[in-house]
Amino acid sequence: MMQTQVQSQALPNGPVAAAVVACGMGAATLAVLAVAADGSPALARALTFAKPVGPLSGVTTVAILFWLAVWVALAARWRWRTLAFGRVAAAAFTLLGVALLLTFPPIGDLLLGR
Amino acid sequence: MQLSFRELVTAVHGMLFGGFFLMALFGALLLLMEQSDSRVCAADAATPRPTPGWQRAFLVAMPVLGWAAVLSGAYVIYPWYRAVAPTGADLTAFPKFLLTASPTTAGWHTLGMEWKEHVAWIAPMAATMVAFVMLRHRAVFNASCQVRNVVLGFAAAAFLAAAIAGGFGAMINKKAPVQGGRIYQIQGGAR
Repeated sequence: MMQTQVQSQALPNGPVAAAVVACGMGAATLAVLAVAADGSPALARALTFAKPVGPLSGVTTVAILFWLAVWVALAARWRWRTLAFGRVAAAAFTLLGVALLLTFPPIGDLLLGR
Repeated sequence: MQLSFRELVTAVHGMLFGGFFLMALFGALLLLMEQSDSRVCAADAATPRPTPGWQRAFLVAMPVLGWAAVLSGAYVIYPWYRAVAPTGADLTAFPKFLLTASPTTAGWHTLGMEWKEHVAWIAPMAATMVAFVMLRHRAVFNASCQVRNVVLGFAAAAFLAAAIAGGFGAMINKKAPVQGGRIYQIQGGAR
C-alpha cells in the first residue's frame, strides 16, 4: 500500500489530465459548433470547407484542430504537475456530457427555439 | 449477385471500419472493466505488469478504425447521401431527399442522420485518448485507480457514441440505401 502511494506521488498525472480535459473540450466544441451552425446560415456557410460535405466539414475540422491544440498546450503546461484528478475528471465528464446532449437534435432544436 | 460501387464503399465504411471499431471498443471496455476492479487495480499499482504486444496492437488499431469510419463516412458516403435531387429525379438515387419526401420516413434524417453525423466524431476522439493514455502513460494508468475509472468512463462514452452512429447508419441504409456507380458482378449472372 505504501509502495502504491509513493508511486502515485512520484508520477505526475498532468499529461493524462491534459489528454482527458482536451478530449472533453474537443467533444464539447464539436457539439456547440454543430448547434451554432444549424442555427446560423452565415456560420454554416463559413464552416463549409468542402462543398459536397457541407458545414459538417468545418464543424469537425475546427473541433479536431481545437482538440489537438488544447491537448498539446495543456500537455506542455502540465507535463511535470500532479493535479487533483477528481476535479479534472469532473470537468472532463461535464464537457463530455454537454457534448453528448447537444449532439442530440431535439436538444439543439430546443436551444435554437424550434 | 451484384453490388454497386457505392454499396461496396458503404459496406466497407459500416461493416469493416464501423463494425470492427464497435467491436474493438467493446473489447476495450471489457479490458478496462477488468483492470478497474479495485483488487486488480491495487495489485497492478504495487507490481505493474508490462503491456502485452497484442494489447499494444489492439490499442493502435482501435482509434485507427474509428477515424477510418468517420472520415470515410463524412467525406465519401455523406456527399452521396446528401446530394441535391434535381426536379423530377428518381429519389432512390438521393437518399436524404427520399427520406424527407415522406413524413413517415423524415425522422430517419431529421433525428437519425443529424444525430449520427455529429455524435460519431466523439467516439474516435475518446478512443484516441483512451489508447494514448493506456499506451503512452501506462505507469500513471497502472498507479491510479481513479485514472483507470476515468479512462473507462470515456471508453463507455465512445462505445455509446459509436453504437448510436452505427445503429442509425444501419437503419438509414435499410430505409434509403446509398447506391449507384459501377456494378460489380460477384456471382452468377442475369438469366
